[in-house]
Amino acid sequence: MIIYLLCLILFCCGLYCILRKRNIIKIILGIIIAEYAVNLFFILVAYRMEGRSPILSSEVEIVNMVDPLPQALVLTAIVIGLATTTLLVALAMRIYEKYKTFDITKIKELRG
Amino acid sequence: MTATSNILPLFVGISLAGAFLTSIVGKKLKWLPDLMGSLTTLILLGLSLITVRIVATQGILVYSVGGWKLPIGIALVLDGLTVFMLVTVNLMAFFIAIYSINYMEKFTSKWKFYTLFLLMVAGMNGVVITGDMFNLFVFLEIASVASYALVAFGTERHELEAAFKYTVMSIVGSLFVLLGIVFLYSYTSTLNMADMANILAQKSASNITIMVSVLFIMGFGLKAALVPFHAWLPDAHPSAPAPISAMLSGVLIKSLGVYTLCRVFYNVIGINSSLSLILMVLGTLSMVIGVFLAIGQWDFKRLLAYHSISQIGYVILGIGLGTPLGMIGGLFHLFNHSVFKSLLFLNSGAVEYATGTRDLQKMGGLMTKMPITGTTSLVASMSIAGIPPFNGFWSKLIIIIACVQANRLGYAFWAVLASILTLASFMKVMKYAFFGKLREKWNKVEEVPVFMKLSMVILALICVVGGVLLIYNINEVFLKPASDVLLEGTKYADIVFKGIQ
Repeated sequence: MIIYLLCLILFCCGLYCILRKRNIIKIILGIIIAEYAVNLFFILVAYRMEGRSPILSSEVEIVNMVDPLPQALVLTAIVIGLATTTLLVALAMRIYEKYKTFDITKIKELRG
Repeated sequence: MTATSNILPLFVGISLAGAFLTSIVGKKLKWLPDLMGSLTTLILLGLSLITVRIVATQGILVYSVGGWKLPIGIALVLDGLTVFMLVTVNLMAFFIAIYSINYMEKFTSKWKFYTLFLLMVAGMNGVVITGDMFNLFVFLEIASVASYALVAFGTERHELEAAFKYTVMSIVGSLFVLLGIVFLYSYTSTLNMADMANILAQKSASNITIMVSVLFIMGFGLKAALVPFHAWLPDAHPSAPAPISAMLSGVLIKSLGVYTLCRVFYNVIGINSSLSLILMVLGTLSMVIGVFLAIGQWDFKRLLAYHSISQIGYVILGIGLGTPLGMIGGLFHLFNHSVFKSLLFLNSGAVEYATGTRDLQKMGGLMTKMPITGTTSLVASMSIAGIPPFNGFWSKLIIIIACVQANRLGYAFWAVLASILTLASFMKVMKYAFFGKLREKWNKVEEVPVFMKLSMVILALICVVGGVLLIYNINEVFLKPASDVLLEGTKYADIVFKGIQ
């Protein structure tokens, strides 16, 4: 149980970072942390205590196997996370070129 | 699985192929991106019109990707609602692609634009056609990532700022969606939507279902820009190039937000009275707050963006009512809104193309110089304000009648009020932008090039004749199957499993 709780705390750290930090780079780091917390949670859901790797062979009976599907899904989720993070970092670089700052309180020309 | 079901993967395949081909050879051959963009979307539009007929004659179609049997493999499902969304998405995509031929001239590297545009279309088609929960998330992300890049396409100060805000908020939304999918998977041990609906129906209601509902309302609500989650939309939509604003406002928030909300709540989790109340309250809030925020705007595109929030409220209110008439009204308004809001964004793009400004206070009297833009914009404004006989009037009328029928007079009152305020704010647009005295500095303004005119005129014609969709024969094959899918609720599962045989 405690491991799920730790995972939740990690997610909350990420969300806190996104909501409260003023530096663009720190917001991006917050997003990465939150994403990893969700991925970790997905893996934890599939994990079985003392489970064995999910390889099907004729002599071993199928008991207490780790669920392999979430691992494949998390791989996809990580790749998607990579794409979004790269895009965000590229945006951050461009923003720095235009505004000469990473502070989001100074980057607000759009209002109303 | 029949031979006709082989048409299903084409919706994703053709648009992806178009995107990759454009990105590979588009840099060398300058004429190719325009052709690819229009041709690909034209083929997709043709295919989606064919599917209307297929579903009317053969019923639901299911395609198992890679030949893996349901519920193990990924399934693509073509039912009434999917067909309805496919037609809406591809119709708009085609006209917007035509419009972009001229409009995108002022940007460099058109091929990048078309690559991202087609990727976004692929993502949206994928979201509406898939029958698998995780696959839905993947397509949702494909469409979203393409849209983040497209919002920042101008790479000026405002575009970058808006794109950053949009990306951060949208990623948080996606995380909630993924978390919801994780909970659903751990609860039901399946990812196929139909199978999931079966298993959820067998188990009694539990806290997990409630938790998943909340996560999905936050996640998909953020994508649909319902009111507490709407902050990104008024920045992101005006900052994008006009064809992309039209795409984002016209179809992206609907296929990623409204469609997914409907599909998940009606067909997978199963609607109940409290969920339907939440949807109605969120819809009404968006409807009223959106229109109040819109009235005070002087930036043409920003005003339109706030109206998108308000009109999405109507759609959600209609669908949330849960009565057959409400569903038809909501879905009809979804289609109409994508037509007239795309048209309005294209108009604002045309004005910006000709005059270089989006500020309503600096315009004036443009009707004499740009008669086609002015007239089409007048048609679209009257549609969105709900003036008969334009399409917006019929759908709003149906939603209001449905509210009264369901004895929800309060909601009906707010819907009427929001409609009157919409009329007021579009009278302001018309007065300041197109009527009145022509300013001297606009004396040299010219009407926009031919392709832009073409797509605006055709969309305006659809606005005028949109009401025919309600005629009995057409309604039977287009709107009614879509609303039937939602009304069937979790019986969806049985129908999908029947479709596989």
